[in-house]
Amino acid sequence: MNRTVLDLWVGFFVALGLAAVLFLALKVGNLSSAHLSETYVLQAKFDNIGGLKVRGPVRSAGVLVGRISDIRFDPESYQAQVTMNIDGRYRFPRDTFASIYTAGLLGEQYIGFDVGGDEKMLQPGDSVKMTQSAVVLEKLISQFLFNKAAEGQDSK
Amino acid sequence: MSGPLDLVRSLGHATVDRIWRLGFATRFFFAILLHSGTAFRRLPLTLREIYFSGVLSLMIILVSGLFVGLVLGLQGYETLQRYGSTEALGILVALSLVRELGPVVAGLLFASRAGSSITAEIGLMKATEQLKAMDMMAVNPIARVVAPRFWGGVISMPLLAAMFSAMGVFGGWLVGVVLIGVDDGAFWSQMQSSVDFRYDILNGIIKSVVFGFAVSLIAVFEGYDSVPTAEGVSRAITRTVVTSAMTILALDFILTSFMFRGNS
Amino acid sequence: MSDDILVDIQDLHFNYDGRPVLQGINMKIPRGKVVAIMGGSGCGKTTLLRCIGGQLHPTGGSVRLEKHQVCQMSEAELYRLRRRMGMLFQFGALFTDLTVFENVAFPLREHTNLSEEMIRDLVLMKLEAVGLRGAHALMPGSLSGGMARRVALARAIALDPMLIMYDEPFTGLDPIALGVIGRLIRSLNDALGATSIMVTHDIQESLLIVDYIYFLNGGQVVAEGTPDEIRASRDPFVHQFVHAEPDGPVHFDYPAPSVGQDFMPGGAHVGAA
Repeated sequence: MNRTVLDLWVGFFVALGLAAVLFLALKVGNLSSAHLSETYVLQAKFDNIGGLKVRGPVRSAGVLVGRISDIRFDPESYQAQVTMNIDGRYRFPRDTFASIYTAGLLGEQYIGFDVGGDEKMLQPGDSVKMTQSAVVLEKLISQFLFNKAAEGQDSK
Repeated sequence: MSGPLDLVRSLGHATVDRIWRLGFATRFFFAILLHSGTAFRRLPLTLREIYFSGVLSLMIILVSGLFVGLVLGLQGYETLQRYGSTEALGILVALSLVRELGPVVAGLLFASRAGSSITAEIGLMKATEQLKAMDMMAVNPIARVVAPRFWGGVISMPLLAAMFSAMGVFGGWLVGVVLIGVDDGAFWSQMQSSVDFRYDILNGIIKSVVFGFAVSLIAVFEGYDSVPTAEGVSRAITRTVVTSAMTILALDFILTSFMFRGNS
Repeated sequence: MSDDILVDIQDLHFNYDGRPVLQGINMKIPRGKVVAIMGGSGCGKTTLLRCIGGQLHPTGGSVRLEKHQVCQMSEAELYRLRRRMGMLFQFGALFTDLTVFENVAFPLREHTNLSEEMIRDLVLMKLEAVGLRGAHALMPGSLSGGMARRVALARAIALDPMLIMYDEPFTGLDPIALGVIGRLIRSLNDALGATSIMVTHDIQESLLIVDYIYFLNGGQVVAEGTPDEIRASRDPFVHQFVHAEPDGPVHFDYPAPSVGQDFMPGGAHVGAA
């Protein structure tokens, strides 16, 4: 095999391989969006996180603005301590409301930011004070049944 | 004559034999690292091996990747349709490829296409005394023959795995979007929002690098360690493919359990 | 005295898997001579050759090459020494993925920094010496056995070695090719001023070209002498070897229990294990 032909093929091969990696990174993965910009950390405490997962999305107005980087149990407040990496391009007011929502009926759970009107912004490392826990379906149903039962008693 | 004691003895013999070979392979690995200078100082040697293990595996990898993607698209659509979430097809195809199927299937194909030919080549050189002749010419066969083939394989494998995954995603897109009619935008955007570069793609690449090291080491070791006869070489080739396949699957399990452990 | 002895082997022992192969070999190989080491198959000739090249470590005794103790040298020192040795393997051991030209150029490319033109000239000169200059573009697969052997010979002398070793250079050759190789061994040795050690069991060809012959049997030197002395020898082993007699000091029968024992009903346990 001729040296130059061989070199050409190997060059072609390596280029194709790198192109494949690039394709995976930019077109298949999210390197083009979330990870190019810098992030900062926000904290939030929830009474119940339901099925929230690390790496789950953080959305505001439905747009992906960050990802959950860590979830742990806080033994002092008996709450779940959630750490989020938020896209550095976005800042949120201090009275932002963090709730846990479910995408669709059975979809993944995510944290949604409902923005308030405070003029001061949350600084990196701050905690979101106002939170709302995940809606636990069982609780909801039992509450509904309880109410129905109560209504039934009232009407008697 | 063959009592329970013989059984225990043969078990012991097999165990000792395996451990001895494992130790020998480890020493061989360090010898390769030690003699890798030549492989990088004289790049044409390694380029030539990238050609043989990488470029010549291109066809099988691209075609297999495409077909695996096509099948994933069909089967995934079939299942997702029942839950009315066909737009998640992109996620399903991409995640299964970059996390598991890409590295593993590409590794298995690489072992049977390139690994076996590396073993055959080195085994044949041993059987025809070419390695001894080289040694007598004051040229270290590990530096001149083994190390370039090893590094050629290590470099080729991740590239092949990436091509396999990319081709598979393309195959899934072909079936899902072009043939069945899943929404093109949903296919890609859902995929992008769920496939994380560091967590999914980088871990997949790490897997393929590890498999590249494992298969290349097994291939050169079996060739170098083969019994220098026609029969010995053919048995060494079989061992390369079998051992590589088992090693890839076992390593995949171990790596997966470390990388993608339940995170909540 | 040590100056005209190139290789001095003293009391060399070698065990393979606990089985003794060499049991106290003593040899002196003078500079500039062609020496043959003979013996039946499996008598340790090739092992001896590989001990001289430092590829095997003997269990006892010493090999001195010039002023170097081969058995005590480090890998790096051995490699430096081997650049001045050439070896022709039994079937040539040509690199099957390289052309004839590249095969001969291999040692030059590995060990020298010569320009491409210099390498070209040297390789063609070496190939000319073995009469195969015209075959430089062929692949080893398309060569006949004799031609492959000659290319391997050209490769072995590419770096003008001081010592050339031949491992069974005549095996599997037709009589014409055999004669050609034999003459080449002699003429190249004299032209290069080298010393040659040849392991072979082809007695007739060897008697024509060598200066001295050692006979090996059971891992020991059993006879030695110049070709004339060997021809005239009354030694029963040498006689058997030279005249290719089936029985003599080397037995026709593999060691076995007596015939009576084996053929008597219920006498032995062959195959009953």
